[in-house]
Amino acid sequence: MYVAVKGGERAIDAAHAWLAEERRGDPAVPELSVAQIREQMTLAVNRVMAEGSLYDPDLAALAIKQARGDLIEAVFLIRAWRTTLPRFGASEPVDTGAMAVDRRISATFKDLPGGQVLGPTFDYTHRLLDFALAAEGEAPPAPTADVRDEPVPHVATLLNRDGLIEDEAPDDTPPPDLTRQPLELPASRALRLQALARGDEGFLLSLAYSTQRGYGRTHAFVGELRIGRVAVKVELPELGFAVEIGEVELTECESVNQFRGSKTEPPQFTRGYGLVMGQSERMALSMSLVDRALRWQELGEDFTGAPAQDEEFVISHCDNIQATGFLEHIKLPHYVDFQAELELVRRLRREALLAANPGAEEAAE
Amino acid sequence: MPNANETRKDWMAVLAKAPPGRLAALMPDPPPHEFLRAPEIGAVMLRGRIGGTGAAFNLGEMAVTRCSVRLGCGTVGHACVQGRDKDHARRAALADALMQTDAAAEIATSVLASLRNEAVAKRDARAAKAAATRVEFFTLVRGEDQ
Repeated sequence: MYVAVKGGERAIDAAHAWLAEERRGDPAVPELSVAQIREQMTLAVNRVMAEGSLYDPDLAALAIKQARGDLIEAVFLIRAWRTTLPRFGASEPVDTGAMAVDRRISATFKDLPGGQVLGPTFDYTHRLLDFALAAEGEAPPAPTADVRDEPVPHVATLLNRDGLIEDEAPDDTPPPDLTRQPLELPASRALRLQALARGDEGFLLSLAYSTQRGYGRTHAFVGELRIGRVAVKVELPELGFAVEIGEVELTECESVNQFRGSKTEPPQFTRGYGLVMGQSERMALSMSLVDRALRWQELGEDFTGAPAQDEEFVISHCDNIQATGFLEHIKLPHYVDFQAELELVRRLRREALLAANPGAEEAAE
Repeated sequence: MPNANETRKDWMAVLAKAPPGRLAALMPDPPPHEFLRAPEIGAVMLRGRIGGTGAAFNLGEMAVTRCSVRLGCGTVGHACVQGRDKDHARRAALADALMQTDAAAEIATSVLASLRNEAVAKRDARAAKAAATRVEFFTLVRGEDQ
């Protein structure tokens, strides 16, 4: 039985008005602008774009402000907004080999064409709180150096010259899109990567960590991690040719994994791939490890029962909006459901008491 | 005209990637025009390739704005630009139309050249900072060298 009830409008209005007041905080403290969030909380903005699955730094910053810094709530706002947009088409696959890199490192080769470029990284900082930042000082300008005009090829191409790593041959087949078709498992690697790219960073981090600790061990090296800007090209139907319509910042990670070979594949290195919107290094790294763990079947490896190998487990639970939607709905009124459960428990207790002590019917009531 | 599309591609890219405020400053007085398609906000699905070189997959969407205009002389211009700035899309479409008219030389010098130079300067400034963080390895003296 479903019973509709009304009421609570006044309480809800008051709750939302109070929410707006609390969001603003102490009026004596200057209000944050959306531009300040975009420019100074950049990595939070990047996370909201990646998990919201929409590249728009201004909107992500607005969502963070509206959500009072609750990033999953901000992702929710972005996901809701993107459903209102007409889809104009798809870009050509971005060329990450031609990325204008801010950062590019490899943990497998010291000397490589294009060099090791650290970029604006937290690595090698001492993780000591910097109280100077509380004093609102200006940062000194970053040093510069002469730019060497040289290509920055993918590290995998270096290994591929000797056939030591599996090849990824170009394929322009339009990929499946989980925002358009219901998810069906088993999924292709392309579909899995789409799901992981918008998956929750914390969830993917834990899964990736679990593979390192032995739950579906794949022994990953960071073949390459690069962060920078790539051009976005879209074919405009009015013109019949592809045009660059913008530029996006992406983080790409390729893990290199030991592989002893199988019935169909010779011993060689295999690859896990991560590509994430914005500067989202931990997420890209996690994605590449989870991608590799999910490929056990394709590579003829054993299924050890590890969570990171379980496609249904990973893909069905990596989306934090689905997760939080289902989780949080249980705090909404379930009065009727609970009433039914209450009746059931009372009846069972009555029956159990009667069975233990026939003739005690009055006591049970 | 084998390269006709190349040049148009080139200027459309410059216009699309321009900071909206700069384009507005460089084109303060847009010529009279009518909309064939009024500025419209939508999304484009960004695609990547598995392993950087392999099969295409969907990475996520990007907000874009598109617009088509017709000048008084009948020339049509199109634009599809990153972001949600309708004025950016309108001005980019207008510049695209003007580049196909006698005004091309003027737009190329007064608008496109500045945008191009500023984009290059911005890119070079970042590249120079990245270059300063490039690691130069050196090998320490080892036991067998002594």
